[in-house]
Amino acid sequence: MNMKRTLFLILPAVLFISVFMLIPLMIALVYSFMTSDSYGGVTGPATFDAYIQLLYQQDFDGSLIFSTDYLFIILRSVVLAVATTVLCLAIGLPVAWHIVCQSASRRKFLLFLVTMPFWINTLIRTYCWVLILRDQGLINMTLRNLGAIVDPLPLLYNDGSILLGLVYTFVPFMVLPIYSTLERVDTRLIEAAHDLYAGRWQVFRRVIWPLAKPGVVAGAILIFAPALGSFLAPDLLGGGKKLLIGSLIQMQFTSSRNWAFGSALAVLVTATVILTLIVSSRRNKVGEVRI
Amino acid sequence: MIEVRHVSKVFTTMDIGTVTALAEVSLTINDNEFFTLLGPSGCGKTTLLRLIGGFETPSTGEIRIDGVDVAGLPPHKRRVNTVFQSYALFPHLTITQNIAFGLEMLKWSKADIDVRVKEMLSLVRLEGYGERNAAQLSGGQQQRVALARALAPRPSVLLLDEPLSALDLKLRKGMQVELKRLQRETGITFVLVTHDQEEALAMSDRIAVMSAGHVLQIGRPEDIYDDPNCCFVADFIGEANLIPGALLGRANVNIVTIRPERVTVGPGDAPAARIAGTVSEVTFIGPDTLYDIGLKDGTRMRARVRGDRGRFRAEEPVTVHWPDEAERELAS
Ligand SMILES: Nc1ncnc2c1ncn2[C@@H]1O[C@H](COP(=O)(O)OP(=O)(O)OP(=O)(O)O)[C@@H](O)[C@H]1O
Ligand SMILES: [Mg+2]
Repeated sequence: MNMKRTLFLILPAVLFISVFMLIPLMIALVYSFMTSDSYGGVTGPATFDAYIQLLYQQDFDGSLIFSTDYLFIILRSVVLAVATTVLCLAIGLPVAWHIVCQSASRRKFLLFLVTMPFWINTLIRTYCWVLILRDQGLINMTLRNLGAIVDPLPLLYNDGSILLGLVYTFVPFMVLPIYSTLERVDTRLIEAAHDLYAGRWQVFRRVIWPLAKPGVVAGAILIFAPALGSFLAPDLLGGGKKLLIGSLIQMQFTSSRNWAFGSALAVLVTATVILTLIVSSRRNKVGEVRI
Repeated sequence: MIEVRHVSKVFTTMDIGTVTALAEVSLTINDNEFFTLLGPSGCGKTTLLRLIGGFETPSTGEIRIDGVDVAGLPPHKRRVNTVFQSYALFPHLTITQNIAFGLEMLKWSKADIDVRVKEMLSLVRLEGYGERNAAQLSGGQQQRVALARALAPRPSVLLLDEPLSALDLKLRKGMQVELKRLQRETGITFVLVTHDQEEALAMSDRIAVMSAGHVLQIGRPEDIYDDPNCCFVADFIGEANLIPGALLGRANVNIVTIRPERVTVGPGDAPAARIAGTVSEVTFIGPDTLYDIGLKDGTRMRARVRGDRGRFRAEEPVTVHWPDEAERELAS
């Protein structure tokens, strides 16, 4: 393809990414080096205050003391995002494999089921989990009516319910890329492995897993990044009791009116994700992944 | 020894209903034999091979390998290896790792594997290619890797599903010789699937001719060529003239078959002729001349006459002759 044509074809994408991603990111970067004013905007001069605030708390007398509060929130968020990714993989890989093994018409139907959640607003879907998990919710009421429990089980507003919500939201993002890589795998490779004395587990470990890996990497990226910054599930299902970085950022821009600090946090999350991407692309050649 | 006893295979699919791929097939394949399943597309060759390999289970009947009924034995528990039609080399592994795969699964020691892989690479004449990826090899080379990979674990039986069909003619001829050499050197039973009758004749100890899920005839290449037991086999193996018995004045014989090279052509007034006809086409092909002759009821006969130099021309009335021992009477 000649240069002109290439430019013409990628121009919309470049424009879109510039206007809606790079420019906001730049604004966030600039804001993070400024000082918040009391009206919810930012003013000069440029400082590192916002970043210092991450690690130090200002005491009453103005001196800085080291504080791990925010670090802990960040760490908790990363752990939760990693757990979400791993659980999505544990669920998504077998599901994708199962779908690949079906006949063409059944595959279509099953893929349709996987994509069905996209048809309904995430907020509504997440809120449905509140109705299912709360003290008077579906599970607790059913169990009580069956006489299995007296007091309702504490299903909602804990790390488990946040994780449930996140996994529920993101699992299709693991199924679809893995499916698309496995779909292209020649099933005769699996027969060949069987033929060469590989049992089921060995076939999985030696053939299916290595061939599914590009899809796994793509899925992990698609999930880890948004899971790290998400605030919907943590707010609704976690009750906002324990802060996660997504909610923290959101707070800075709304109730706390600390745009500089919010921007600094956002920059930090973005940097983490980009760094993860670079490291994993070095190791796995993400460029070869097609979704 | 592989014994196939009254094996049928019926596939049930949602869209076409049931397909009988194999109907009551029985055959025995001896140790160290080069056995070929020959038949037109869709006759069930691959299905039979997959049943022996353990990739499908028979609908009825049983398969015994070395006296043991293998029903319920998965492919990885059978000492049978397959060379797949598409080769099915692992794209994420190097050639060396491909060949070592089966050995690793059988828990050979690292040292033994290294030795064996080297041995296999030289057997298929691919020394120095070990570190390449499958995609970096030509079709013929991939095919040899598939062969090396299947032979490495010393199976008692090697199944080959049209292993040469993707190769061009010259390479195919070369590989035929090489396959035969490998079979002799390793002493492993080879079961080859092909729809190329020349390939089958050239390589096999015995051939099973199949059609529409049935085995029609089993025998040595010469026997099948000289003594076909039905029209299908006569016509499928080499070239054959099929003449209605009535035309030769034999009312109780259905079909008489003669190979074109056993037929001689004489002048129209020659005595003691089998039958008379008219030449419709003459083709000179060097050592031989091919005559296409129309008989009186419209049946066509072909004669391949050695050193004839085109004695007769098109439209010329001729007589057709053959010795008694050259013909076979067929019931069907
Ligand atoms: N999995 C299957 N499901 C349904 N029908 C099948 C299946 N496998 C084979 N068949 C049918 O069984 C018959 C025999 O198929 P098979 O693959 O054994 O033929 P073949 O002799 O190997 O042909 P070819 O030379 O074209 O490879 C065909 O009619 C085919 O359509
Ligand atoms: Mg076939």
